[in-house]
Amino acid sequence: MSAMNFIEQIRQRDRVFDFIQPQASSRLDVSHGNILYLEDISVSFDGFKAINNLNLYIKEGELRCIIGPNGAGKTTMMDIITGKTRPDTGSAWFGSRINLLELDEPEIAEAGIGRKFQKPTVFENHLVVDNLELAMAGNKSVITSLFARLSAAQKERIDEVLETIGLKDNKYRLAGSLSHGQKQWLEIGMLLMQNPKLLLVDEPVAGMTHQEMDRTAELLKSLAGQHSVVVVEHDMDFVRSIANHVTVLHQGSVLAEGTMDQVQSNPKVVEVYLGE
Amino acid sequence: MPLLPALRSAILLFIFSIFFIGQASAAPVADETEFKQLLNGFTQKSFAAKANTAQQVATSGHPKAKQVLEAMAESRLYFRKSDQLVVFADKDGRSYVLTDIFSNETLGTFSRREVSKVKTNNSLRAKLGKMVAEIELKHPDASVRLAAVEAMIPKLKEDDADLFGSLIKEEQDESVKKALQFGIYIGYLDSSKKERVLNAIEALDGELEPIVRNKLTSLANNSDDKDIKKAAKKSLKGIESKISIFSNLETIYFGISLGSILILAAIGLAITFGVMGVINMAHGELIMLGAYTTYLIQQAMPNHTTASIFLAIPAAFCVSGMVGIAIERGVIRFLYGRPLETLLATFGISLILQQLVRTVISPQNRTVETPAFMSGSIDINPIFALTYNRLYIISFCILVFIALFFILKRTRLGLQVRAVSQNRSMAKAMGVRSDWVDAMTFGLGSGVAGIAGVALSQITNVGPNMGQSYIIDSFMVVVFGGVGNLWGTLVAGLSLGVANKVLEPMAGAVLAKIMVLVFIILFIQKRPRGLFPQKGRAAEA
Amino acid sequence: MLDKALMNDRLIFDKKTQSFLAILTAVALLVSLLNTFVPEGHILHCSTFTVTLLGKYLCYALLAVSVDLVWGYLGILSLGHGAFFALGGYAMGMYLMRQIGDRGVYGDPLLPDFMVFLNWKELPWFWHGFDMFWFASLMVILVPGLLAFVFGWMAFRSRVTGVYLSIITQALTYALQQAFFRNEMGFGGNNGLTDFKEIMGFDLQSDATRLGLFLCTALALGLGYMACRYIVCSKLGRVAVAVRDAESRTRFIGYRVDKVKLWIFTFSAILAGIAGALYVPQVGIINPGEFNPINSIEIVIWVAVGGRATLYGAVVGAILINYAKSTFTGWLPDAWLFALGGIFVFVTLYLPKGVTGFLNRKQEQLA
Repeated sequence: MSAMNFIEQIRQRDRVFDFIQPQASSRLDVSHGNILYLEDISVSFDGFKAINNLNLYIKEGELRCIIGPNGAGKTTMMDIITGKTRPDTGSAWFGSRINLLELDEPEIAEAGIGRKFQKPTVFENHLVVDNLELAMAGNKSVITSLFARLSAAQKERIDEVLETIGLKDNKYRLAGSLSHGQKQWLEIGMLLMQNPKLLLVDEPVAGMTHQEMDRTAELLKSLAGQHSVVVVEHDMDFVRSIANHVTVLHQGSVLAEGTMDQVQSNPKVVEVYLGE
Repeated sequence: MPLLPALRSAILLFIFSIFFIGQASAAPVADETEFKQLLNGFTQKSFAAKANTAQQVATSGHPKAKQVLEAMAESRLYFRKSDQLVVFADKDGRSYVLTDIFSNETLGTFSRREVSKVKTNNSLRAKLGKMVAEIELKHPDASVRLAAVEAMIPKLKEDDADLFGSLIKEEQDESVKKALQFGIYIGYLDSSKKERVLNAIEALDGELEPIVRNKLTSLANNSDDKDIKKAAKKSLKGIESKISIFSNLETIYFGISLGSILILAAIGLAITFGVMGVINMAHGELIMLGAYTTYLIQQAMPNHTTASIFLAIPAAFCVSGMVGIAIERGVIRFLYGRPLETLLATFGISLILQQLVRTVISPQNRTVETPAFMSGSIDINPIFALTYNRLYIISFCILVFIALFFILKRTRLGLQVRAVSQNRSMAKAMGVRSDWVDAMTFGLGSGVAGIAGVALSQITNVGPNMGQSYIIDSFMVVVFGGVGNLWGTLVAGLSLGVANKVLEPMAGAVLAKIMVLVFIILFIQKRPRGLFPQKGRAAEA
Repeated sequence: MLDKALMNDRLIFDKKTQSFLAILTAVALLVSLLNTFVPEGHILHCSTFTVTLLGKYLCYALLAVSVDLVWGYLGILSLGHGAFFALGGYAMGMYLMRQIGDRGVYGDPLLPDFMVFLNWKELPWFWHGFDMFWFASLMVILVPGLLAFVFGWMAFRSRVTGVYLSIITQALTYALQQAFFRNEMGFGGNNGLTDFKEIMGFDLQSDATRLGLFLCTALALGLGYMACRYIVCSKLGRVAVAVRDAESRTRFIGYRVDKVKLWIFTFSAILAGIAGALYVPQVGIINPGEFNPINSIEIVIWVAVGGRATLYGAVVGAILINYAKSTFTGWLPDAWLFALGGIFVFVTLYLPKGVTGFLNRKQEQLA
């Protein structure tokens, strides 16, 4: 098995060997306190400015909520961070060393950014356990995947996450047969398996009951600290329950930032949300 | 006896010379008997007398004069010994078949001894050639004169140029004058006088007739004179660069016409694939149905080729459009959102349609007649001509394009089509009957394919397999141009057409096609969404 | 119940695979016995013609399995597998051509007949080495493999997907067909390669060679099937299905989708090439007609008829359709294209899971 790994490494001529190269996460330099820097980012689709001169900084270990009306550019911002969309101008850095604009989606995922989509996208034709296995951190090259076997530790980790997301009894069910809320949970579980440094969570509680919401809030809060978490959410109660720091996006740029109370009393925000 | 005709012709000659000296064109001997008597002059032995007679015949203006002199030059002119009648004779084995000069009737077969040839010698033959030419050069009808001048140019000698020089003074018609002047210079190129040659080279500068090029080439290679050589080379260079410009223009013209064909074939697909996102592999067969509609209509009205074509355009639109709607309602609507399955199902339909045509009509190719107004060409200059059929196809393509553009941008249907293609559920919520719009859009795309079939029937054979040869090309055009963009289809079609024709002389037709295909394959990999991609969220759905 | 069925599918030797292997072995043995030991004229005798016909079907089955691997599990609708099949076939055909030696019509010891006919003086460089079986076999794998690799590398890296990919694979096939039609290419132009005499010293017309080829094909099908089965059951197989169902999601959890596609596509092309190489000595000819884009689409329909993403479905579909084709074209030649077209439409509309999927459901309903 290790020989296989070695061959795989030789094959990838664009990388240096593991023992020379620092781990992706250790390449991540957060000594300045911030894990994500978005500076002067603009992007337009056919003349429509989805993101307009956006500046956003996320601290390490922070739990940040981003709110904003529809079309404020929340999802586009996540697309930029994860490499799905390239900005027209501006820079995006992960830590102070990793330039996100130079990486593609798998490289960004590998560097330590995980994302939960607005619409839950799990692999519907796979079992719940497979979904978690696929998301698990580790070498994801073709050859290793071809010969991969789950180790005892990995199996344990999967069970642990299953426990956390409350899908233990559904381990061998097809993900496609889960309810909407369960799919949300499974996706969060996949994020956990990925063990990223930065989690981008797009509308995690849509379609959840109140108890489920509380549990999600609990989970996200527990993640903060070790991980940095960015949550995009419409549900204000939920936002209030988890966030101490909130950013309001409007028309592609930051309108206000601060605690929930500060933000809610900001006249500009009130105007945007309630209209004139 | 033999003296009498000689005397007669001598008298006639005398009369003629009195009457007609200095007259360029004369037609006094319209009278048959007089001309007959004139012909008797050929029965004389002396070549000089025969030359005289020939000269008189030439200036007689009689409609048969040219034929007689030509026959004489070809040694087909004989006289019957029994009655001295001058006739045309054709050898048939050892005997001769005689034909009356005036009535064109066969006078029967005669043995060698019964007839005698009007003998000629070299100098006489040379004179005859010139006389024949002059008959036409002095013909009252300007178009005959022009044709005669043009016929002489390829084997023109310097003396002919002198003849032309005398003719040009009398000539009234501009185009004949021009041709004569051209002939004069051509003749001068062979002159032994340096002055004349140099003048001619200068005057002919930029002429594109092949003969100019040939003569200049031989001068540039073989002339003993350095100045002539130099001048010829210089002039040749100019001509060649001009020729290459025009041959490039021709390539582009061919390319545009091929591009128009591609656009016609692809534009229906641009609607069904581009606007609706439906892969219709039966698109080629819808083109084929349009072509067969043309064929059948022409069969139904065999004597009205032109009318049948104009009738075929709406008919083909309806036939293909109906079949298209049937396909959409019967199959495709169950497969929206599953493009790969649509591809397979419509491919199945294409097989059925092909086989249907094979079974019902015939597996053989059929030809559709081209109406008269589409044949011929506009000659810009000797090496560049715009053929009408290509010109019509190009204009037809432009018309179809404008019509479609108008339908999609300016009509209610177009608005609904665009609405459904952008957001189906929203359009539905706004009260657009998306079912109906789908069917209409598909019908429109298919109908346009039918129209393309009418156009294609004019340039290629109509057969059950014709659709297949266009389907891949059509897809390439749509994909290359960017899906959902009519302009993209236009630009892509034209550029692929031109690229194909530009590569053809370098690499051969098949290899050119392969090169274009490979280029598109590479291009799509570089820009997966074509030349004019859609941007934004919609593009990623 | 559901769990157990699903878990069973994850085993490499699941029930379906077991029965597939059992049937394949049984057919191979039975055919050998009936062909060799039952005398001709006996009602149970299996003629050599039938053996070759079956061999042909098995080649198609292997081809269908290779298509199912990329279409069923990876979501790539390749309309170019006919080309890989034909390339493998041409590589084998070149070997067989060189084996003719001086027994050709023109008796040239080095040049194949068509080159003598075209007045060529020398063997083109790419024909060298094909007199050796090992070299030809290597080429059977390398040529389709390399083409698929280069093509896939460019296509997948620039994220050409869905119907776009299908259409450019079709264009590739079409371009190759046009190229192989040219005499200047040096592959016999229109007529292709034919009049083969022997393979590795065995007479191609003899019953024993025919049976041997059939058995080789059966073995290749079994091995190819198992290789695919291994891939499908590995984590890589699950990644492939993930790519098929939600490509960008797979990317976001860190898989290099382009590489996954590339390697599986290349492997599948190699399988197709092997199928082609086994096909040519049995049918005795290879010509540019094999590149016809229609052939490539037909392969896809075999898979669709049998049932996507099952592997055994591909085998069932390939044999079913080709059996129907042989029967139909002998009986009602005109009707075949109607039937085939009808199958395309019917299967996509009413049997999205193919015949095997339909039967499985019936079985479940009964159980």
